[in-house]
Amino acid sequence: MMRLPPFLYVSPRTVAEAAKAVAEAGPGGMLVAGGTDLYPNMKRRQFEPTTLVGLAAVRELRGVRGSAREGVTLGATTILSAVATHPDLLRHYPALATAAGLVSSPQLRNMGTLGGNVCVDTRCNYYNQPYPWRKAVGFCMKKDGDICLVAPGSRRCWAVSSSDTAPVLWSLGARVRLVSASGERTIPIDALFRDDGIEYLAKRPDEILTEIVLPPAEGWASTYLKLRRRGSFDFPELGVAVALRLEDATVAQARIVLGAVASQPRPATKAARALVGQRLTPDVIAHVADLAAGPARPLDNTDFTHPYRKKMTRVFVARALGRLAGLERAGRDEEELA
Amino acid sequence: MNRGPDEPMKARIELTVNGERREALVPVHKTLLEVLREDLDLTGTKHGCELGECGTCTVLVDGEPVLSCLALPAELEGREILTVEGLAQGGRLHPLQRAFAELGAAQCGYCTPGILLVARALLEATPVPTREQVRVALAGNICRCTGYTKILDAVELAALRMAGRTPVATAAAGSAR
Ligand SMILES: Cc1cc2nc3c(=O)[nH]c(=O)nc-3n(C[C@H](O)[C@H](O)[C@H](O)COP(=O)(O)OP(=O)(O)OC[C@H]3O[C@@H](n4cnc5c(N)ncnc54)[C@H](O)[C@@H]3O)c2cc1C
Ligand code: SF4
Ligand code: FES
Ligand code: FES
Repeated sequence: MMRLPPFLYVSPRTVAEAAKAVAEAGPGGMLVAGGTDLYPNMKRRQFEPTTLVGLAAVRELRGVRGSAREGVTLGATTILSAVATHPDLLRHYPALATAAGLVSSPQLRNMGTLGGNVCVDTRCNYYNQPYPWRKAVGFCMKKDGDICLVAPGSRRCWAVSSSDTAPVLWSLGARVRLVSASGERTIPIDALFRDDGIEYLAKRPDEILTEIVLPPAEGWASTYLKLRRRGSFDFPELGVAVALRLEDATVAQARIVLGAVASQPRPATKAARALVGQRLTPDVIAHVADLAAGPARPLDNTDFTHPYRKKMTRVFVARALGRLAGLERAGRDEEELA
Repeated sequence: MNRGPDEPMKARIELTVNGERREALVPVHKTLLEVLREDLDLTGTKHGCELGECGTCTVLVDGEPVLSCLALPAELEGREILTVEGLAQGGRLHPLQRAFAELGAAQCGYCTPGILLVARALLEATPVPTREQVRVALAGNICRCTGYTKILDAVELAALRMAGRTPVATAAAGSAR
């Protein structure tokens, strides 16, 4: 058996109690929601917290409220299967429901939460390995070591942001509410991430992500495409999130955000800007897809070769735009099996 | 909850497993899989990857499939847990178990407990699923032996029987759609 290391477990009932518990736990404390990311990592000794503050019993953190008209607020511990099947989300924020429904496997979506998915650890072939493997190869700076095994001269870690929902939430213009014992703040989700494989979140460890707030959806269309080897279980090797507001078939606003190409979701700003004022013709789509591949700089630390992942960025952006233009059929090929 | 100076934190947990209340005093860092197998003597639930990557450890919690290798018992008090041992009723196999046995839907059988439970949750929600629905439901369960075809056949056969649309001969049932 691959067992969890021992820890103290605290199970608060309210956000206020949870905030107090993490503050009291100090540097050895960690939050856990569904545990589907943290527990495998703890079994591999990538994290060894002394105290876990479980959010499962905090009822106020669960559920979806609001409407497409006013905007929707999602509690951080809403499970992914609830996000994937929620009728209003399917209808008005389809990219989010799609992304949640493409995470890992059905069982994991019954346990894993949206907040946990936003905060999911970055990944790397040299890091997501059991302790004896990492020890034999030589530890890297993300845990227990001081060099990077992917880019040996590098001073930073290049582990890959591998959340399916984070690029979508960014493209939708979501905001996140962070609560701690010393106060609370609400920030745009793009300000939650940092381009660093180790310190990939710009929040303090004692800050609890309580809510994800989506702006009104009226007039917006959105879609998400995911590249992975198998149709289940696998993390994204590339995610493409596109959100557009169309006025009379002309793009009035656009956001394209790429997942799994850097240590944080990466906006394709130039490409999105080139869409504004345009109709989604095949020529425009091809041009924008070329521009969008620019910011994708995958490294050789996940599945598939990195040149292939870069090339597929162009293909997937074109496909996503084609879908929103009604030029491509939507269907089960949401995920592309290579 | 009590804890000695160097002992791991232990908790007295009360779980409802297969309709019975069970109690155990266990370290809080033990997973549901470990507690089922090691403290409650329910070894029908199998351990495979122990990292969420295979599905063999699946149990139902309030009717929904979850992975026992990533679940903490401390979070499951008051919920209904169903393991493969709870499928048969009064010595009679569940129709899914019968269909699996008849069609040879298990070879080594290691994946079978998890698959049976996912299939049972599916049939509860969708009594006569399409083949595609069975596939989608079972997308979180890996089988290294069978190639899946007989598993899908067996779930469909059980569904038809439970819905009262009983294909008579087992031999023909493999291709009953
Ligand atoms: C086999 C396998 C396949 C997977 N495939 C995918 C995939 O395809 N795509 C994908 O995106 N993910 C995947 N995952 C990762 C994971 O299952 C999901 O990201 C899931 O949504 C994580 O949610 P959780 O509630 O289980 O997070 P947890 O494991 O509970 O937490 C993850 C991290 O977030 C922190 N955290 C959790 N909730 C909060 C909160 N409210 N406030 C502050 N911090 C918080 C925790 O401290 C921890 O650091 C996979 C996991 C496994 C084991
Ligand atoms: S990118 Fe380098 S430092 Fe980061 S996890 Fe991989 S090998 Fe370790
Ligand atoms: S043992 Fe739990 S998923 Fe493999
Ligand atoms: S029968 Fe052997 S793993 Fe499925």
